[in-house]
Amino acid sequence: MSLELELFIQQVFNGLTIGAYLGLIALGYTMVYGIIELINFAHGDLFAFGFFISLTIFTALGIPRPLEGFNLIVVLPLIFVVTMLLSGGLNVLIDRVAYKPLRNAPRLAPLITAVGMSFALEALFAIWQGPSQINYPRYFPQIDILRDWMGLEPQLLFITTKDLFLFGVTIPLMVGLTLFVDRTKLGKAMRAAAQDREAASMVGINVDRIIATTFFVGGALAGAAGLVWGLYINSGRFLMGFEAGLMAFTAAVLGGIGNIRGAVLGAFIIGLLKAMGDQYIGGAWSRIIIFAVLILLLVFRPSGILGSTQSIEKV
Amino acid sequence: MAALLEARGVSKSFGGLIAVDTLDFVLEEQAIASIIGPNGAGKTTFFNVVTGFYKPSTGNVLFDKHDIGGRKPNQLTRLGIGRTFQTIRLFNNMTVLENVLVGMHHRLHASFFGAVFQPPRVRREEEEATREAMGLLDYVGLKGHEWDFAKNLPYGLQRRLEIARALGTNPKLLLLDEPTAGMNPNETQDMTLFIRKLRDDRGLTILLIEHDMHVVMGISDTVTVLDYGKKIAEGTPGEIQRDERVIEAYLGRRALEMLKHDD
Amino acid sequence: MNAIAESWSKLPRMLQVGIVLALIIATPYLIGAVEQTSNFALLSQINRALIFVVLALGLNIVVGFAGLLDLGYAAFFAIGAYTFGVLTWPNLGIQASFFIAIWICAVVAAFFGILVGTPTLRLRGDYLAIVTLAFGEIIPTLVRNLDEITIRIGDWVILDKFNLTNGPQGMNPLGRPDFSFFEGIFNMQPGALAVSFDPKFWYFMIVITAGFVLFASRRLDMSRLGRAWKAIREDETAADFMGVDPIRTKLLAFAIGASFSGLAGVIFASMIQAIFPELFRFQVSIFLLIIVIISGMGNVFGVLIGGLIISTFDGVLLAQVLPQILPDVDVQSLRWVFFGAGLIIFMIFRPQGLFPRKAKAAVIPTALAAEGGD
Repeated sequence: MSLELELFIQQVFNGLTIGAYLGLIALGYTMVYGIIELINFAHGDLFAFGFFISLTIFTALGIPRPLEGFNLIVVLPLIFVVTMLLSGGLNVLIDRVAYKPLRNAPRLAPLITAVGMSFALEALFAIWQGPSQINYPRYFPQIDILRDWMGLEPQLLFITTKDLFLFGVTIPLMVGLTLFVDRTKLGKAMRAAAQDREAASMVGINVDRIIATTFFVGGALAGAAGLVWGLYINSGRFLMGFEAGLMAFTAAVLGGIGNIRGAVLGAFIIGLLKAMGDQYIGGAWSRIIIFAVLILLLVFRPSGILGSTQSIEKV
Repeated sequence: MAALLEARGVSKSFGGLIAVDTLDFVLEEQAIASIIGPNGAGKTTFFNVVTGFYKPSTGNVLFDKHDIGGRKPNQLTRLGIGRTFQTIRLFNNMTVLENVLVGMHHRLHASFFGAVFQPPRVRREEEEATREAMGLLDYVGLKGHEWDFAKNLPYGLQRRLEIARALGTNPKLLLLDEPTAGMNPNETQDMTLFIRKLRDDRGLTILLIEHDMHVVMGISDTVTVLDYGKKIAEGTPGEIQRDERVIEAYLGRRALEMLKHDD
Repeated sequence: MNAIAESWSKLPRMLQVGIVLALIIATPYLIGAVEQTSNFALLSQINRALIFVVLALGLNIVVGFAGLLDLGYAAFFAIGAYTFGVLTWPNLGIQASFFIAIWICAVVAAFFGILVGTPTLRLRGDYLAIVTLAFGEIIPTLVRNLDEITIRIGDWVILDKFNLTNGPQGMNPLGRPDFSFFEGIFNMQPGALAVSFDPKFWYFMIVITAGFVLFASRRLDMSRLGRAWKAIREDETAADFMGVDPIRTKLLAFAIGASFSGLAGVIFASMIQAIFPELFRFQVSIFLLIIVIISGMGNVFGVLIGGLIISTFDGVLLAQVLPQILPDVDVQSLRWVFFGAGLIIFMIFRPQGLFPRKAKAAVIPTALAAEGGD
């Protein structure tokens, strides 16, 4: 294989890894928007919260690295569960404090509190963990799959067990969420509430509880993404949620806001765009490209690729 | 009398749903006409086509010899179509006076520089506009409320402010979407008299959507009955009251409603 | 409080104006005296606060009057400052006069307002907010990257590593107002009127600008255009039915708001003599939004007072006093906890802000007198 081809394949692969964690974040955006038409601006910060809280747990438990045996098979999944519970819980709390009192207010009001919440959270993270880049120790064992396991000798391609772990966690979570929304009774109630909140409450669905569930699930997924990021990238910062959140939101819009499969698809497209942009145009410009995509999308195709669940105005 | 408004074969569909179905409709100058029909019959949709909010799927509408096709609501307002809304849509956090002045927007001229430097021309324009707006408020019975925020008015007065605001646009045709909805019998009676007064004093042509049959039969020159987007009858109130299809349509529904109420 | 307001309103107009002018003129000297006794920089903080007031008044037109949530307003601030940079930075060789550049910059900012607004003002409010945010993020990033522009078509090189913005290092020095013309007239020594960093000079410069912007805002508030903005804020569809063209009206709000921001950008750039991409980040947009919301959306004087209080609170108490009292605390972060929480608390418990708009602020006084009203 030529070096150029390898480089390209590596970038495709990198794009997919970015898409994998963005997808988890984008799901939360799209679900909350689907149900209460709120761009939950603070959602990206739950990703950062997942990162910090899981790091805190790892540190507090004094777990040796790399993870092996019992720690890998039992403790790591447990940490996942706790991180997701805490992130989901935090998101429910955020809704209670900042959005729920404004459920019937003008629609920009909760967006403004969401911005306020995002800033407050980021500042709290900075106080909690300091304002500089934080090292997340390499807990997950990193083994070069192509060279050490398969005996291949590519010049550049580099795929490790960490990549397996990333996809092994994110893809089942995304599939699981889709199944949850499609198949379970709670999921059906969520879809009903997303279509028409009033009608849903008239047929006996407890809409408040459904909204809380949506925030919980969305927060849990973002928290999981934060943990995956920590173990995969091994560093982060209090502001990481802002950037990731905007990218994930772009993904959600790209897929059609309110559309769950669309969010995942959008995330992978944005991931690929970012990876390619970083490699072939330059990191600073790929940021501009993604924001430009966001603007162009909202202007020319606000319903995204797969169509969204926006309501139409009536007189 | 000439036709002020004429709809020819107007249809409006949303996806598969046909809200208004090849409707022909003519409204003479200075007439009061009502559109009646059960909920979902396409009355408000027709209003929205006439005021430019929806583009008709087929057919066209002529207003005062202009084809309204492709014009936006604000452009039609400039041509002389004023309206009120089924659910009140006032500018809540603006004063009663400001609400009417917004209605007069297209008749005033000052833009950025006029606003900032207030040359005598602009001052005069504002003074005259304020005087006229005060006059309109007096006319609809809102004198003394000029400085209230619109949201603080009682319901009946909000309806009147909607009319004053629409009058501010200096319309030839006034569309009233359920002007007596939510009013008690006394208020309804006042509103009915007021609508007739509007026509008589100001030479307006008035088209209303109304559910209250006393109002409809009391003031309309012509009544048009819609059902499932189609016109099923048209004529004077007397003719409509004797029309078998209308009686059937309404009695059938009435009977059903009474059954429901008995539960 | 009310008693004071009442007796104030009974004073003759000339006396009111005189008192306000005297206070404005005395302020820098009084502050100077206070500065002697403490080690805090006060007047420069007041200058900064006044620049934020100008910006907030511009944002108030967009958010407070027209109800358009702009989360990237700092972009226009940046455009004003950087246009000034391009026009006066010695390395680029244009070195336009301050008094010419400031108008060009205001127009350029307004032009960008229209450029951003034209495709986006059809969007729903929340989408518009995100689009403006994205625009607000693009501009500083772009500025950071425009230090080596190369444009080539085939072999034809139009620009080769052209340095427009000096990238992350920022542009420094920039143009200053030049009064040497008067030196000649009044037979003064050359350089007698040269402008330095003296905060007193800038104080008066900014007060004049803020005064103009305040005056314009106040008059717009009670004009046909201001009413159209507010109608769109309250109910865009109903406004359309009442003859207000929503797109045109919103574009005007964007353009005028942007031009105020452009003015502020020029003065800011010329005052601090150095501009960097970091000065115009998202935080600035949000800080301005906080001023507008906490002060009372749509209330011009509210934004003036609120802007002064919040900016001085931020610039003096949070940035200077608090770090001395609490040396171990991360004050910079704490301030965003304050502001974030403040935004939430106000939106929930007092969405009309500290100084809600009064009903009678709406009409030109003489228009009222015509009707014999009060």
